[in-house]
Amino acid sequence: MSTTSTTLRKIFVLAATAIAISAVTGCHKKASGIDPNSLAPMPAAAAPAPTASITADPLAIDLGQSVVLNWRTQNATVVTIDGIGEVNANGTQTVAPANSTNFHLVAKGDGGTTEANVRVTVRVPVAPTVPANTSGGDMGTDEAFHQNVQDAFFDYDSYDLRPDAQASTQQAASYLAAHPAIHIVIGGYADERGSAEYNLALGENRANSARTALIAAGVAPNRIRVISYGKEKQFCTEENETCWQQNRRAQFTIDR
Amino acid sequence: MISPVHTLSPRTPKRWLIAISLLLVCASTLQAQDWFKTETSSGADRIRIAVADFKPFTTDPQTAPFKRTFDATLYSDLANAGIFDIVSKSLMPQSSPGAPAEINLAQWSAEPASAAMVAFGSLGVQNGRLIANGFLFDAKNAQYPQVLAKQYNEAPSEDSARQVAHRFADEIIFRLGGGIPGIAETKIFYVKMGGGNKEIWQMDYDGANQHAVTHLGTVSLSPRVSPDNSRIAFSSLGHDGFQIRMYSLLLGRMVNISNAGGTNLSPAWAPNGREIAYSSSRTGDPEIWISDVNGGLARRITSFRGPDVSPVYNPRTGAQIAWISGRTGLPQLYIMDSDGSGISRMTDGGYATSPSWSPNGQFIAFAWNRKYGPGAPGGQDIYVMEIATKRWIQLTHDGGRCDFPSWSPDGRHITYANTADGRPEHMKIWTMLADGTQKRALTSGGADMPNWSWK
Repeated sequence: MSTTSTTLRKIFVLAATAIAISAVTGCHKKASGIDPNSLAPMPAAAAPAPTASITADPLAIDLGQSVVLNWRTQNATVVTIDGIGEVNANGTQTVAPANSTNFHLVAKGDGGTTEANVRVTVRVPVAPTVPANTSGGDMGTDEAFHQNVQDAFFDYDSYDLRPDAQASTQQAASYLAAHPAIHIVIGGYADERGSAEYNLALGENRANSARTALIAAGVAPNRIRVISYGKEKQFCTEENETCWQQNRRAQFTIDR
Repeated sequence: MISPVHTLSPRTPKRWLIAISLLLVCASTLQAQDWFKTETSSGADRIRIAVADFKPFTTDPQTAPFKRTFDATLYSDLANAGIFDIVSKSLMPQSSPGAPAEINLAQWSAEPASAAMVAFGSLGVQNGRLIANGFLFDAKNAQYPQVLAKQYNEAPSEDSARQVAHRFADEIIFRLGGGIPGIAETKIFYVKMGGGNKEIWQMDYDGANQHAVTHLGTVSLSPRVSPDNSRIAFSSLGHDGFQIRMYSLLLGRMVNISNAGGTNLSPAWAPNGREIAYSSSRTGDPEIWISDVNGGLARRITSFRGPDVSPVYNPRTGAQIAWISGRTGLPQLYIMDSDGSGISRMTDGGYATSPSWSPNGQFIAFAWNRKYGPGAPGGQDIYVMEIATKRWIQLTHDGGRCDFPSWSPDGRHITYANTADGRPEHMKIWTMLADGTQKRALTSGGADMPNWSWK
């Protein structure tokens, strides 16, 4: 009796391992030649060990792109994926990891525990190094740029330049006149109150107010690009006036 | 595909219909004195309907799970329709009749069920097909009780069990709901946050079957599905800021649309599907523009300094546009003819955004913060305004920030986004009846900007 059950268990463990290996390595079913249904019948009492597989498509992405995870398990009661938590027995999920990640799946069932892994490689772009000051195309430093071209801040629901911003416009215009190689982007931002669509239009008006002031101060229009971010990108995410003021702005950056 | 094999014409007595119409007319003239009606408050009593669990007619192992899905879906479709007084399962007779010969109508019309209508039938997997036979009987009409008989024959799957239940529910709602098609087969398109990006997603009207439509890896906003369900227009952040983008649901990919400079936002489909209105700042100031669906033949409709955004057509006529303008300070709701003439301001103050025009053309739902003042109750809530009178009702109260209402095609429901604590990652999509009752969440957190399909 005990020998029979031991033999059966051995067969069973071998079969489970074979299935797990074929699933994990993604072998073609036809090529592997193992049909789980053709294996010796299990004893009714012993619960079969869980099987698990997980795949990712694509396996390598650039930062910011997403990957579709696809997993299949059998005979499992609890399925978890590290970093995602408990999931359905079979499923797909789109994830956008910030760095290369091992997605580790654990399928627990009455018949034991099975694990599966897939590694997603995230290619993180390396910031291009700015070449040292070259004659003719002097872009200045970022520090000098932000010192001289200061972000403009706005009152609630307003896109009129405040007096302090109008004064700094003159300084910005003379800095830009001294560095003709610089093209700039003006980003328009709004605080998180109110509605997303209206805030995008408001952000556009804010960025355009700053653009109009720079053009009036002598900067060529073709050196300025305007993008409204509305409340989609926030400098500060607390709910108080100090923070909201940080977000109501026209931001100047060098357009590289 | 679902193919009803045979349909029996409804045998509703004419006298009953006349009585209901009289009741509707009387009730509406009485009510018109002091209030306006939405499609859910027609003044007629709701029809009391019992939805029996279907009877399994095969012993196939798939029958039981599919029947469970079907039963739950049919019950929830009818309970959510907004026109029924549904008999609680605990009050229903124990029997589950599978065919007309098996039902004892007296049992259903008597207390405690007291049903006026009974939906019942049988379902099973037979020869690899999912077969459902559905009936609707008038419990008070012993002689000719049959109102509806439908047969469905589908490839067996969880999804087809749900779709068959949706179709049968829509047949019942169409028969008993004044001839307005049901919405059980409609979709909701929305924005889903994830990994710092926002993608366009879609789901069934009841929150089932949620899945991504776009994978652009950027911030995409304001999805608006075309009247024929073939395309989604939305706006998306790229090198030149937000621009209108177009996704073909038929081709399963992005299709071209040209944007002529500036920021381009918040598209809206004309009901004929041949034009879109949107906000464009190509002249330096955000104004409402109209172009064809490829972005060509663009013409400017508004011309006033300040943000103009979020246009929406009157879906009944296509001849008017409601939109949001900040020309006098805080954003207000306006309407105009679609050539830009006849401008009329609708709200008298506060902060109004995100209009959605009701399918019958009479109402506009929108988000409004009426600015009660520091410490006073109220925040950004969903309101419905009757256009002819500018009278409004408030549909949400004290539940945190609400935004982006969108009408269902039957005009009985409104979907909207709500975040209880104001955090965008806690924003969920909800539905409610157009009178503000039966609120329920359809998604978990991180979902925003729902748009209900036109059909």
